[in-house]
Amino acid sequence: MLPHPIINDFVIRFANVNGTGSASANNMFAKAIFRMGIPVTPKNIFPSNIQGLPTWYEVRVNEKFYLGRREGIDIMLSVNPQSMLQDIKDVKPGGYFIYDNSKPLHKEYIREDIHYIGIPLTEITTKEYSDPRQRMLFKNIIYVGALSALIDMEMSVLQALVEEQFKGKEKLIAPNHHALDLGSQFIKNNYKYPLEFRLERRNLLQNKILFEGNAACALGAIYGGATVAAWYPITPSTSVVDAFSDYASELRVDEKTGANNYAIVQAEDELAAMGMVIGAMWNGARAFTATSGPGVSLMQEFLGLAYFAEIPAVLIDVQRTGPSTGMPTRTQQSDILISAYASHGDTKQVLLIPNAPDECFEFSALSFDLAEQLQTPVIILSDLDLGMNDHVSNPMKWNDRKYKRGKVLTKDQLDKIQRYGRYLDTDGDGIAYRTIPGTHPTKGSFFTRGSSRDEYAIYTEDGNAYKRNMDRLSKKWETIKTYVPKPELFQKENQSKFGMVFFGTSHYSALEAKDYLNADGISLDAMRIRSFPFTKEVVDFIESHEFIFVVEQNRDAQMRTLLINELEINPKKLIRILNYDGMPITAEHIKREIKQSLNVDHLQMAEMQHG
Amino acid sequence: MTYQRPSFRHPELPLNELGYRKKDYEGSLSTLCAGCGHDSISAALIQACFELNIEPHKLAKLSGIGCSSKTPTYFLGNSHGFNSVHGRMPSVATGANLANRDLMYLGVSGDGDTASIGMGQFVHLIRRNLNITYIVMNNGCYGLTKGQDSATADKGSKSKAGSVNPFQNIDLAGLAIELGAGFVARSFSGDKLQLIPLIKAALAHPGFAFIDVISPCVTFNNNVGSTKSYDYVRHHIDATATFDFVPLAKEITTHYSAGSTQEVKMHDGSYLKFNKLQKDWDPTKKETAVHAMHKANEAGEILTGLIYINEDSKDLHQILNTNSRPLNQLTETDLCPGIHKLEEINKSLC
Ligand SMILES: Cc1ncc(C[n+]2csc(CCOP(=O)(O)OP(=O)(O)O)c2C)c(N)n1
Ligand code: SF4
Ligand SMILES: [Mg+2]
Repeated sequence: MLPHPIINDFVIRFANVNGTGSASANNMFAKAIFRMGIPVTPKNIFPSNIQGLPTWYEVRVNEKFYLGRREGIDIMLSVNPQSMLQDIKDVKPGGYFIYDNSKPLHKEYIREDIHYIGIPLTEITTKEYSDPRQRMLFKNIIYVGALSALIDMEMSVLQALVEEQFKGKEKLIAPNHHALDLGSQFIKNNYKYPLEFRLERRNLLQNKILFEGNAACALGAIYGGATVAAWYPITPSTSVVDAFSDYASELRVDEKTGANNYAIVQAEDELAAMGMVIGAMWNGARAFTATSGPGVSLMQEFLGLAYFAEIPAVLIDVQRTGPSTGMPTRTQQSDILISAYASHGDTKQVLLIPNAPDECFEFSALSFDLAEQLQTPVIILSDLDLGMNDHVSNPMKWNDRKYKRGKVLTKDQLDKIQRYGRYLDTDGDGIAYRTIPGTHPTKGSFFTRGSSRDEYAIYTEDGNAYKRNMDRLSKKWETIKTYVPKPELFQKENQSKFGMVFFGTSHYSALEAKDYLNADGISLDAMRIRSFPFTKEVVDFIESHEFIFVVEQNRDAQMRTLLINELEINPKKLIRILNYDGMPITAEHIKREIKQSLNVDHLQMAEMQHG
Repeated sequence: MTYQRPSFRHPELPLNELGYRKKDYEGSLSTLCAGCGHDSISAALIQACFELNIEPHKLAKLSGIGCSSKTPTYFLGNSHGFNSVHGRMPSVATGANLANRDLMYLGVSGDGDTASIGMGQFVHLIRRNLNITYIVMNNGCYGLTKGQDSATADKGSKSKAGSVNPFQNIDLAGLAIELGAGFVARSFSGDKLQLIPLIKAALAHPGFAFIDVISPCVTFNNNVGSTKSYDYVRHHIDATATFDFVPLAKEITTHYSAGSTQEVKMHDGSYLKFNKLQKDWDPTKKETAVHAMHKANEAGEILTGLIYINEDSKDLHQILNTNSRPLNQLTETDLCPGIHKLEEINKSLC
């Protein structure tokens, strides 16, 4: 009897070798599913290496819009002998292992509980192509063709993608179409198809895009008016500046003169990168840097200067697995505390935490307004999963608006002022007026410094003046709470005594887990934190629940610590739900952990659940 | 405790061509030790900017941390200033300069600030040829942290406490030439006649201009045996030349004897006119400049004056091909591609 078809709900993993051209074929595969209107989540799993080591590409297909990662591989497509043994072990019982059977498999590679589909990729490419490089590249296209037959992927969609990819190099279209055919024909001639895991067009993604977070951050910086980018290369943030450079060279070149309306500097280290950003923003341009954990560590001193001297700055931190070099090509949300309290002395920094490419774009553009309005650094906390993988997302939105430059005095305004005081809180919101160098010949200049000064920016070691300034910064912090994005709430009214709090890329898995728990009779209210300092809505949500599960991707429950510390919450109320193996968090994991904490020791909670 | 200068002005003080008095280039009262070399450099800076007719607000002064880095409070009070963090002024200046290429930039640092904690940023600043005048107030010690040896202290120099420095010194001027700086000079805080025209020429130079100014620390490094004391420096100075900085469209007034003179035309049309004191030295030829320095070193002398100049290099803005309109003056209209472009981009991602 044929197994029951499983439509639009499976995980396929490609086991490749780094540097063999598999990435573009794999992207085409995921994009084709997207074009069929079926929600899809591709993830690169790659080593910190340029060529020769195993890499994987994992694609989850799920028409219910469960876009987080899912555990368990239904179909493994293997073209890497080096990782084959492990790859076979990773297939779920009843799943499929697709491999190059140009050579027969050794006995130890045979499992009784999975299916094997051999495709003689090497044999086919040796016969078809004489150039070794072509053999390597077309192997990838052939397996995509084979998959199209196996999982009912529309061949016309794949063909169209090839045509788009080779626009301008039309000669390459026919050979790629041919390679797709070779794969598909081989399956049709030799196997029963399609498999029970298969696709069916749904057209659910008409108003969606497939995009990666880093490029979206870069585009946000273009729209937000960044003219100076200073950076030091580090995975997984490098592609932010790469993308900024690409967009800028297209969108930011003066038509008449050919001159650039931007400057990108590859700095000598992250200290210098942050110094350049601060110098540029002090001087009235919009500037940003992008880095990851080790770079954030190096920027600490400068972040304190910018906080204390009240200089705008934008830092995009694409988090990876720390501490130290950790697992540099794996994801994590572990720079929460170092960012929130960056630098020595009493400091607090503004954080924006996007969950998807559209929000990367929005927050990146917004960060320049906020940094200038609030006269302080703004740190965007993205992560490797969001930054370096394609995500189904709402389209990026923009309203053609004026930039909000905050309180900056013009020459005319300075003329009307008796005595200018850089740190005078004239409006009572803790935010004083800035001047930009070069504005006025005799008024408005001052000496910016990281040492204490009075309201008129004059150096002083008077403890009272120092304290007044620190208190004003506290007042400003209160003002900031009314400027930063509010959390996303997932219910109109609270339904439960249990709340679930998450942020960034835990979004989809958390909501999926919420559905599963709900199906099991456990109802939860949910909130996605989008910024720091915590706004009133965050406080309200936490206060109105008896227990809160705080879902995050780090070992030490850093967001939980931040909540406890800032809101003075009883630690017992906040329950850690953690994932820190470097892989994106899954719904299964969240569900398991929440259930466990409900069953095991929280008798009280169990009572509440029934009561 | 703040120190503001009394604002009394003598009505007959001379005005410069822009109508500013020297007073307009001064800052707050110095809080450095009486006799500190750094104060003389501040005075030279004030004089040079006054004579050069610089609009005070069209210059930005940046510094790191140290006694030397405090000095921007004591000159050019009408200019914006930025006392940044220890050793990192070059990066802040780079960002500032990228934001507005129309201002002049003056970087002030110490030998600790530049030759130790800030060495990385210093060499990369030269590599990028930022258009800035960079002055190191070099006292061979860390004044602000009470006199420890710095990396520019000469081997064998004796500290106030009597210990002898066992390490080789770092020669910042030599290093700057080696790294390709287009304007390299050395001077002495006590030699106003040399320092003022050097500062003027440096400000007129269109790229990175470096002046290593030996500036004795009277409190921690002015003892017998120190090679950075007033006495020692005065007795060991050996100048490359006496020279005049002749601003654009000014007549040359000094007359030198034929043969030993050399003129260098600067990028903006100004002139440098040298009366050379060194044989075989030509400020536009790197080999001869390096040779002159080595020769002086061997003789135990301190070579001062302009050592090397090259007016033909591209500064960072030229390298990056940035708009001649300063980046900080561009608005939404220039910078934001707009809704329709975004819709197009969204479409390309479907
Ligand atoms: C990161 C950091 N480390 C150490 C210090 C302490 N510190 C202040 S000034 C200084 C040395 C300054 O020496 P130099 O640049 O030669 O200036 P001088 O006081 O001699 O003019 C040091 C080490 C600091 N401010 N910041
Ligand atoms: S300690 Fe030395 S360098 Fe500092 S102010 Fe006094 S004399 Fe000058
Ligand atoms: Mg010193």
